[in-house]
Amino acid sequence: MSNGTSAAAARISGRCGGSEAPHPDGRVQASPVPSLLSLTAIAKSYGSVIALAGIDLRVPDGEIVTILGPSGSGKTTLLKIVAGFELPDAGRVELAGDDITYVTPASRGIGMVFQNYALFPHMRVAENIAFPLEMRRLARAETQERVTSALALVGLAGYEARYPRQLSGGQQQRVALARAIVFEPRLLLLDEPFGALDRKLREQMQLEVKRLQRQLGITALFVTHDQEEALVLSDRIAVMNGGLIEQIGAPAEVYSRPSNRFVADFIGESNIYRGKVTSASGQVLRVALSTGQTLVARGATPRPVGAEVGLVLRPEAPSELLDGDTVENVTSGVIKDVVYVGDAIKYAIQLDAGGQMVVRWPFRQNLRPHNVGESLRIGWPGDLLHVVDWS
Amino acid sequence: MDRPAWRVPVLRGEQGPVLVGLLPLLFLAFLFLLPVIRLLLLSVEGGTLAHFEKAVSGELYVQVFFETFKIATIVTAVSLLLAYPVAYFLATASPRWVLIGLVFLMLPFWTSILVRTYAWMILLGRNGVLNQILIALGFVSEPVTLLYNVTGVLIGMVHVLLPYMVFPIYSAMLRVDRDLMLAAEGLGASGWQVFWRVFLPLTMPGVMAGTALVFILSLGFYITPALLGGGRVIMIAVLIEQQVRQFLEWGFASALSILLLIATLLALLALNRMGWRRSA
Repeated sequence: MSNGTSAAAARISGRCGGSEAPHPDGRVQASPVPSLLSLTAIAKSYGSVIALAGIDLRVPDGEIVTILGPSGSGKTTLLKIVAGFELPDAGRVELAGDDITYVTPASRGIGMVFQNYALFPHMRVAENIAFPLEMRRLARAETQERVTSALALVGLAGYEARYPRQLSGGQQQRVALARAIVFEPRLLLLDEPFGALDRKLREQMQLEVKRLQRQLGITALFVTHDQEEALVLSDRIAVMNGGLIEQIGAPAEVYSRPSNRFVADFIGESNIYRGKVTSASGQVLRVALSTGQTLVARGATPRPVGAEVGLVLRPEAPSELLDGDTVENVTSGVIKDVVYVGDAIKYAIQLDAGGQMVVRWPFRQNLRPHNVGESLRIGWPGDLLHVVDWS
Repeated sequence: MDRPAWRVPVLRGEQGPVLVGLLPLLFLAFLFLLPVIRLLLLSVEGGTLAHFEKAVSGELYVQVFFETFKIATIVTAVSLLLAYPVAYFLATASPRWVLIGLVFLMLPFWTSILVRTYAWMILLGRNGVLNQILIALGFVSEPVTLLYNVTGVLIGMVHVLLPYMVFPIYSAMLRVDRDLMLAAEGLGASGWQVFWRVFLPLTMPGVMAGTALVFILSLGFYITPALLGGGRVIMIAVLIEQQVRQFLEWGFASALSILLLIATLLALLALNRMGWRRSA
């Protein structure tokens, strides 16, 4: 087999290429080494509706990459193209260096966990998990052995003889996972697999999937619309919108340095203010808001004076200023609303200069929370204010 | 307590379903159960099982039973072979083709069985349309006998009964989750393996239902075998009719009817058992 060597090479170079230097603007550059999965200029439309408008994506070996986007962003279509259930109109899909764009799903050797698990209802748990092994004509003894160990891996030892309908949602999910990994695929695809589970179970399964993925050293491409899930699970997040990838990066990076307004808005909560650059010296920008206030942002990509920008401020970034405290950006306002969110309290603040701000501060039992109607001074340093293009 | 606004107050509680079901139950009891009991009594009139003895000892009558089961089995098998692809087509085609297919399938339903049977007589006759085509195309030199024999009966019965096979299979196919087939494919199954290991087993309940329906209807079929068989193909229903109309043998006809009823119930039971084992 010719792909044996290239697959091994991709794996090795994938490990070596693990250290990526952050670009000056904080964005990680795509690694120049071959990845396990590589999508190039993938396009797909249904009639006049464009589902994918040229997707480039590399999934490094051993990582979990999440495609995050609202419904209709094309993320499921992309996953189907990787699985081989749909053919792209243009572009190339490569797995371990081999072009598999037009290879049948059966010969791709990719494991997939479906949104509704897609367990065969007429087969017992053991038969479900043995299915991919039977298709590969494995010897009976080995099939049985692998089924047993796969079930043990997902914590369902002893459930061999059950039918899927006799299992809870979480157990069905584990069976689906076992079936997807039992034939040792190079790549695991997960299509919103936790959507049907309740919150607690979902969090438990997320951690379990992550543990399995590390333990088996498997590479995973994961689709979700749940940004929290994406942040928990992924080594890397690709934010999709309107058939395009808006940003790719590590969770912390996508969260703290969103590349545009959509990403800032979609991931986490953000205060976004529109303004014009009034002075720019290197990475320090002064931006005038329509309310007349001027804010300072550090560490931004240089922009010309007069450029229209959005200033992104995460709710946990600002802090309350006591008398005499001073910091680069200061504003004040009156609390309009107080919301307890468990470990934190969110305040909606009507700014004196006009406009609103949502802040989120950790809840401490010994600290008296503020009440509606209280006035506050709030401030934050310029490097916590992130700049994106307004358009 | 929240109750849907449409619920009729009279039907509240446990007795609701019973009340609704009562009228049809009475209807069935009067029009079906009573006649069957009457039939049973008729067959053992005079406290003797002589009619039954005659039915099971007379070689002719056993032969008719055998022939009936044979025809019913063939009709069921042929219907199944034809219906499965048709149902598959309907389950996968675009809405427009589904509509066209359903109309063609339902058309026989809306036509009188007599009209349909006579139409087949015209088509299948010695100088019928089919024979003319076959000769014109050079497939045969002599007209083929398609009428007044088992072949004619089979063709006619399959035509009448096909929808009863298609619909249960079609509805079973519609219920199959498409993701299951994608999943099987992704796990390494070829097209045939997806069919044999996933699609076929999941549509088996429909196959079982259609098989039971067609087989049982075939056992009691009358008009089509009577006309297309031309008196040469005797199925039980034809035999029973002869006994009543020609020989006024009510007792014997009743005994044959009861035997047909028992055979039908046994067939149903057997098919049910097979169905249970499949979906256990």
